[in-house]
Amino acid sequence: MSCIPEVFKRCKAENRAALIGYLTAGDPDINTSKDLLLTLAKQVDILEIGMPFSDPMADGPVIQAASERALASGTHISDVFKLAQTVREANPDIGIVLMGYANTPFVLGFDNFSKQAVAAGVDAVLLVDIPPEEGDICDATFKQYGLDRILLLSPTSTDERIKLANKHASGFIYYVSLNGITGANIGEMASIRQKVDNIRTHTDLPICVGFGVKTPQQASEVAAFSDGVVVGSHFVGQIPTYAKKYKTMQSAINHAAQAMKTAIQA
Amino acid sequence: MTNHSSYNFTYDLNITHAPDAGGHFEANGTLFGGCFAAETLMQPLQEIEHAFIEAWADPEFHTERLDLLKNYAGRATPLYHAKHLTDEVGGAQIYLKREDLNHTGAHKINNTIGQALLARRMGKKKVIAETGAGQHGVATATVAAMFNMQCDIYMGREDIRRQAPNVFRMKLLGANVVPVDSGTATLKDAVNEALRVWVANCEDTYYIFGTAAGPHPFPLMVRQFHTVIGQEARAQCLEQAGKLPDVAVACVGGGSNAIGLLQPLQDDDIRLVAVEAAGHGLESGEHAAALAQGKPGIIHGSLSYLLEDKEGQVQGTHSISAGLDYPGVGPELAAMMEAGRLELDSATDDDALQAFQVLTKAEGIIPALESSHALAAGMRIAANIQPNQIVLINLSGRGDKDLNTVMDKLGFEDDTQGGAS
Repeated sequence: MSCIPEVFKRCKAENRAALIGYLTAGDPDINTSKDLLLTLAKQVDILEIGMPFSDPMADGPVIQAASERALASGTHISDVFKLAQTVREANPDIGIVLMGYANTPFVLGFDNFSKQAVAAGVDAVLLVDIPPEEGDICDATFKQYGLDRILLLSPTSTDERIKLANKHASGFIYYVSLNGITGANIGEMASIRQKVDNIRTHTDLPICVGFGVKTPQQASEVAAFSDGVVVGSHFVGQIPTYAKKYKTMQSAINHAAQAMKTAIQA
Repeated sequence: MTNHSSYNFTYDLNITHAPDAGGHFEANGTLFGGCFAAETLMQPLQEIEHAFIEAWADPEFHTERLDLLKNYAGRATPLYHAKHLTDEVGGAQIYLKREDLNHTGAHKINNTIGQALLARRMGKKKVIAETGAGQHGVATATVAAMFNMQCDIYMGREDIRRQAPNVFRMKLLGANVVPVDSGTATLKDAVNEALRVWVANCEDTYYIFGTAAGPHPFPLMVRQFHTVIGQEARAQCLEQAGKLPDVAVACVGGGSNAIGLLQPLQDDDIRLVAVEAAGHGLESGEHAAALAQGKPGIIHGSLSYLLEDKEGQVQGTHSISAGLDYPGVGPELAAMMEAGRLELDSATDDDALQAFQVLTKAEGIIPALESSHALAAGMRIAANIQPNQIVLINLSGRGDKDLNTVMDKLGFEDDTQGGAS
C-alpha cells in the first residue's frame, strides 16, 4: 500500500508543502549512491529514485550524465531495487517513487517489475514516456500491486488532457514547470501558479511542481501555491562537482537539501 | 515515332492499412507503435496529427505537394530494367526503382516536402531534424531553404565525421548543423537531442522526423509521404514488364524507404524483403539488425523491435552505412514481420561494398551504401530464382556522399600523379 497519501496528509497538518528530492540510482557508483540516497532521504518527504536508462530523452545534460555514470559503474535494475529497499528500511514513513523510462519495466515485464518494486518498499512509479493514452500497458498492473502511478502535466496540457491525467493518475500530479527538459531554467512564477490553480480545479490529487527548481528562493515561491516541490538536477549536480570526494559530495547534498527544506517551511 | 510515356502519375490518396486511433499497428496481439512521448510533447504531437489529417483531406495540399514532387524533386522516378546487372547475376530480371535520381539524391525529399508543407500550414517558422547519413538532413535543409524557414539539424559527432560532404551541403543550404556528443554520438542520440530541443521550443518549431518511426503520427505520416515509391514502381513494372514483380527488396534502418516501397505492394502476391545491416556479421554482435536480432522495446516514442540488453538498455550498433546505423525500426515494419508478411534478410559491410562496386561497374550507377545492402540481398535472391521472374530493388539513394568511406575501405591509390615508382 502506498504511503504517499499519508505523506501529504502529514505535510498538510504541518501547513507546508512536501519536499521531493531526486537522485539517479547507482550514481556515481552503487556504494556511494547508497550513502547519497540515505542522506537525501533524511531531508525529504518523498524520494524519487531514478532508474538509469541509456536514452533519457526528457532529461537535460545533468541527469543524462547521471544515467551514464550509473550505467558505466555497472548499475542493474536489481541494484535499483536493492537501493530502494535500503532506503525503505531506514525510512519507514517517506514516500519512495521510482522514476524512469517505459522500456525498463516493459522489458522486465510490468508484473515482474511491480512485484519487485513493492517488495523493495516502493510506493509509486513515474514513467516519463507513458502518457495516459498508453496507460493500458501498465495501469491495471500497477493498481493491482497498489503502486501509485504519477503522471506529468505541463504548460502544453489542455484542460482536456488535465482531466485525462486525473483519471489515470494516483498519488500526486507532477507539474512540469516549463516546456523543456530537466534542469532547464524555471519558467515565470506567475504563469506556473496560474496553471497549478487551473489544474486544481480538475483534480483532488496533490500537485507538485518540478523541472528547474534550483534555489531555495524558487522552492519557497513554488511551495506557496503547490503541495510539493521537486528538486532533481540541483542535487544531482553536486555529484560531478565533487567528483571522487565522496564525503564532501554527501555533505553538499545534505546542505542543499536542508536549505530547500528550510525554504519551503518558512 | 512513338511517344515515350513520361509519367504524369495519378496517385492513390486513400490511406490503407491505417493504424488505430492511437497509432498502433496490431499483429499477433502486440500493439506496435503508439505514442510513448513525454506529456509536454503530447499536445504538439496531437496538433501535428490533426493538421496532417486535415491536410491529407484537402485537395489543395496534394496539388501543391505533388507539383513539388514532380517539378522540384523530379518524380516520378524511373524504374530501370538493369539488364547488365541481370546478366552478371544470372537469374531473375532485376529492376531498380531509381530514388537516387530524386533531387538531393535520395527518397528522403518525398517526406520533407510533405512535412515542410504541413509545418507551413501550421504557421511554424522554424524546423529541426535529426540525421544519420545526412540525407534526411540535406533533404530538410533543402526544403527549409526553399520555404525560407530557419533550420537546425542535429547530427551525431561520429556521423559528422563520416559524412563530411553532406555536412557541408547542409551548411551551404543555410542550415545550422548541431553536433551531438551524448551516448554513442550517432543517429539515436541525434533523435534524443532533437526531441529535447523540440520539447523546449514546440510553440514555434516543427520537428521534421526523418523516418517511419517515432511517436504517432510520424510512422503513419512518413509512410504516406513515401508510398509514392511503391505506387509508381507497381504501375511502372506492370507497364514495362507486363506483370508485377515477384520480389520487392528494400534496405531498412528506421525503414522509411522500405515502408514506402513495400506498403503499397502488401496486398499483392509479392515477396516483400527487408534487408538490415549485418555490419561485421550478425554473429559478431556488431550490426544494426533490429528486426532479426532485437526484441520488442520502447524507444523514441514507439513500441517496436529494438536492439537492447536484457534490462532494456539500448545497445550500440554498427554499420558501414550511417543511414542504417540505428538500433530501432519503424513499428509498421515490425508489425508486418510479426504478421509474417515481411521476409528478413541482411547484408554485411563487405556484402554492401561488393554490391556497391558491382552495380557501379555493371550499370554506371553509384549507389548509396544504404541501398547497397538492398542490392546485395536482391542480387542473391535473383540468382536463386528464374529468369522469367522479377526482383524489384529500391535504389533509395546515390553514393556520392559515401565516396570517402568507400575510398578508405578499398584503399584508393591516386595513380594520376605519375612519376614515382
